[in-house]
Amino acid sequence: MADTTPITAPSPAPPSRLRRAWESDLAWSFRHAPVAMASFFVVTLLILGAVLAPLIAPHDPFDPATLNLMNGFTPPGQANAFTGELFLLGTDDQGRDVFSTILYGMRISLFVGFSAVLLAMVLGVTLGLLAGYVGGWTETIIMRIADVQLTFPAILVAMLIFGIAKGITPPEYRNEMAIWVLILAIGLSDWVQFARVVRGATLVEKNKEYIQAARLIGRTPFSIMLRHILPNVLNPVLVIATISLALAIIAEATLSFLGVGAPPTKPSLGTLIRIGQEFMFSGEWWILLFPAATLLALALSINLLGDWLRDALNPRLR
Amino acid sequence: MKKTAFLAAALLAGTAIGASAETLRWARAGDSLTLDPHAQNEGPTHTLSHQMYEPLIIRDMTGAFQAALATDWAPKADNPDVWVFNLRQGVTFHDGADFTAEDVVFSINRAKSENSNMKELLNSIVEVRAVDDHTVEFVTDGPNPILPSNLTNLFMMDKGWAEANDSVDVQQVEAGEKTFASSNTNGTGPYKLVSREPDVKTVLTLNEDYWGNDAFPLDVTEIVYTPIQNAATRVAALLSGEVDFIQDVPVQDLNRVAQTDGLVVKTAPQNRVIFFGMNMGADDIENDNVEGKNPLADVRVRRAMSMAINRDAIQQVVMRGQSAPAGMIAPPFVNGWTEEMDSASKTDVDAAKALMEEAGYGDGFSIQLDCPNDRYVNDEAICQAAVGMLAQIGVTVNLDAKPKAQHFPLITNGETDFYMLGWGVPTYDSEYIFNFLVHTRGSDRGSWNGTGYSNPELDEMIVSLSSETDLDKRNATIQAIWDVVQEEQLYIPIHHQVLNWGMAEKVGTEVSPEDDPKFKFFTMN
Repeated sequence: MADTTPITAPSPAPPSRLRRAWESDLAWSFRHAPVAMASFFVVTLLILGAVLAPLIAPHDPFDPATLNLMNGFTPPGQANAFTGELFLLGTDDQGRDVFSTILYGMRISLFVGFSAVLLAMVLGVTLGLLAGYVGGWTETIIMRIADVQLTFPAILVAMLIFGIAKGITPPEYRNEMAIWVLILAIGLSDWVQFARVVRGATLVEKNKEYIQAARLIGRTPFSIMLRHILPNVLNPVLVIATISLALAIIAEATLSFLGVGAPPTKPSLGTLIRIGQEFMFSGEWWILLFPAATLLALALSINLLGDWLRDALNPRLR
Repeated sequence: MKKTAFLAAALLAGTAIGASAETLRWARAGDSLTLDPHAQNEGPTHTLSHQMYEPLIIRDMTGAFQAALATDWAPKADNPDVWVFNLRQGVTFHDGADFTAEDVVFSINRAKSENSNMKELLNSIVEVRAVDDHTVEFVTDGPNPILPSNLTNLFMMDKGWAEANDSVDVQQVEAGEKTFASSNTNGTGPYKLVSREPDVKTVLTLNEDYWGNDAFPLDVTEIVYTPIQNAATRVAALLSGEVDFIQDVPVQDLNRVAQTDGLVVKTAPQNRVIFFGMNMGADDIENDNVEGKNPLADVRVRRAMSMAINRDAIQQVVMRGQSAPAGMIAPPFVNGWTEEMDSASKTDVDAAKALMEEAGYGDGFSIQLDCPNDRYVNDEAICQAAVGMLAQIGVTVNLDAKPKAQHFPLITNGETDFYMLGWGVPTYDSEYIFNFLVHTRGSDRGSWNGTGYSNPELDEMIVSLSSETDLDKRNATIQAIWDVVQEEQLYIPIHHQVLNWGMAEKVGTEVSPEDDPKFKFFTMN
């Protein structure tokens, strides 16, 4: 035995980070889900469009000084009868280029969506961890608040928060504040989902041996929650966050559609749809159709991605 | 003579009795602001009141005077300072009480009281006295030849009912007060209130004991009034037959409605002008970015802002031709209107920029524009267009559009710096405009003057109008007042509205220039 040196195969160079990611289970599952790939492509395209809007968009619809009312209601791809200007997707009632307005509107929709989900996630995960780990009265109070809030539709809670916030902001800041208020309203209406899932997962994790060990060696509760429990409950959080993103974008669109969200001078996708639906019967279909189609594509792709992520991360479904 | 004609009409109409019950489902963008008939001098509010309450004199659907609760009226032969009104006999309120001279005295005094929003129409009246049960004398401060035209929206309430229900004082709408009379009615009118949920639904039913049962068509036996703010929803309701009559067909949908079988659109120029008001009276305004001074106080800024507005573009694109650009805040129906003044507005962005520079605002300033979104045709879209136009001369406008119930108190409370308002002139005379919009805001005039403008000399001229009997002299004063209003650019006129009523074919009516359908005149086939 001693003289026989084991013949080891020449060990391959450690795979690069990228390579490891490519070969991971998640990536494998992604490569075998055409729907997920298509959704990912659409989402990426739309996000790129939104982020690069100032470079791509032919007009800046948020600068009222550049608008010419006479360009109003130009059909897509046709020259305006008065000014002779041409617009790819036509113009709306104020003479704004619909294509540019969609790109800029999407910036608002995505920004509000991402920020609101981030807020909901931070709030929900923190409260969920606290409720699950500390237990007792803390848990009762947090979870009962969550239960009460769940009995109201999220959009109603958001409208309530929006109404209060609008009432207390001084009028001269109202337009600038509108977007932050939207984020606050949607974020606060959406934390419950995160809190419930995280609490449930925490309850399971906290009795496992590694947590008991961590407790025995004197780790503080804060450090245990952050370092040990949190990483192990993140998978479901990621899934909820993705689906919440689609919901938040739709919630923003709904609020703006109802006229309580983004102001008409700085329209988001929902505001554009609200403007467009006024011209539904009169033949100016492009004002409604293009923003609505964009919102549909955005929300649907994010939702499909979320679905795929849920399946991919759920070991029981594999 | 009048009586026999009335009797003949009654006999003729008698044959029509027994017509089947007809419900008219009626929609417009906004609701009445209150049921208290003296609390808000506002079109849609009066329109709903007209179905349940009646004035002494009414305007029919063409705008002509018609006897309502008064049968005839004339200045006293020996004293031109006194108008004598003979009241209709045998009229009862909805609760059965008799309508008498006492009720007229009570109603006029109520409409003249501190909280009333109608007092500008009555400030020439010194005293109202009941001579007997069916004769009333109005004593004016000097002869007032146009008094009757001030009374067409002044509704008569029952004294006993108001006293019994703690409604002698007029409701203070701006303070958010609710009274019995703001949600209940007891008029003499052709329809009685069945139920009301503000901004949702109001149901009226025919008053079986109405004095005019035989004198008017009264084909409509029930009215269901549902305000529908959203233009597309409103027109969809008409197209689908959910409502029979809408007062404001969106301009983009006129063709669509007109081409739909069973629907008609009737169009007429409206006695109403749309304009922007500016708070020029304050030392420093709230919602701007200029500290310590008020840019709107400078007439050059006001003129520049007016010159930046491209009224033709608004007419062509936003209104699709359904408006007439305005140069003054009086509609062409009104005594005092001149074509010269009405075509005074010129668009000239370069000259406007130069004026801004000269006034020291070459870099512009920012300001908030308050705008209603359920009152005038395309009100919010007009404001939005103005935002773009004003941006070209460096004025950054934050637009805040909201329902009229929240918008109007800003003006009457003086809490807005820059606002949209539309003004109809039911008296067809400039004095009405001056009293409400130009006179210094005070206890009996200027209640809708949100500009803070105050010119004692002009005030004196305005007050003199109510007692000037020499019509030439009076018209000269009116012209002189208009010259100042135009010179000072007190308001920024936008356009005169055009009315587009959409209705099912069975609904028969003319379009009244006041935009106030009175359903007793409607026929239903």
